[in-house]
Amino acid sequence: MDWSFLAFIVFATIAILGSLLVILQKTPVSSAFSLVLVFFSFSGLYAILGAHFLAALQILVYTGAIMVLFVFVIMLLGQDEPTEDLKESSLLFKSVTVLGAFGFLTILLQAALSGKDIVSKGIYTDEKIIEMGGNLKVVAEVLFNDYAFHFELVSFLILAAIVATVALAKRKNSTGEAA
Amino acid sequence: MNEPWLMLIVSCTVFVIGLLGVIFRKNLLIMLMSIELMLNAVNLSFVTFSKMHQSINGQLSVLFVMAVAAAESAVGLGLVIALFRTLKTADSDQIQILRD
Repeated sequence: MDWSFLAFIVFATIAILGSLLVILQKTPVSSAFSLVLVFFSFSGLYAILGAHFLAALQILVYTGAIMVLFVFVIMLLGQDEPTEDLKESSLLFKSVTVLGAFGFLTILLQAALSGKDIVSKGIYTDEKIIEMGGNLKVVAEVLFNDYAFHFELVSFLILAAIVATVALAKRKNSTGEAA
Repeated sequence: MNEPWLMLIVSCTVFVIGLLGVIFRKNLLIMLMSIELMLNAVNLSFVTFSKMHQSINGQLSVLFVMAVAAAESAVGLGLVIALFRTLKTADSDQIQILRD
């Protein structure tokens, strides 16, 4: 048993327990901090898989930017008291949904694990990546050669998101026109 | 780590937990957080398959999914703020203006 397997066990346990806490806690603030825990452990899992750039990006983008946004909105809306949490639905609906979710999980796992022995082998082996100068260099090379156009499209997406957010969150005055 | 497919178990479990969160919780903020959980689970399976197939394209896809997730949560939180301003609640069961 090597260290990466131990690290996998630790991070996987934290990820699953943390995501259970996200949906089970009553106050949105506790959910948000459980979500931070999940994001950190996912970053560890990326690092175990050798995706070091994504591990750094996970912490920068998710715990750095998205969680700050979430906590800021929770603060802005004053959602810090426990809420009546579950939707009003019958016990039958709830039990059927949970059972269906377990069935869905089984199907997902079977589908995902059915191909684990017949994987195709690409050119980016661990030795090749080390030889080419590490994960970040390989990712950058592919991103700015093969995916350069898609990368530019992402900037349009983010521009559209900025415009949409400003249009949605702008305060309207009493006549209905934008202030 | 020699058995990357073990990650798929974590990925599928977290995805289903996020799905249950979207179905059962009625606080809009927690529903958005559950959507983030599902996106993260999919990202993890992308990276795992990228490792299994010795390809780098999965990691590039995760990069784009992260950009989409950031845009999605920004717009989603803007929607929550706009809803809270008109309805004074973040409860998804109270959003029934079109029904009345």
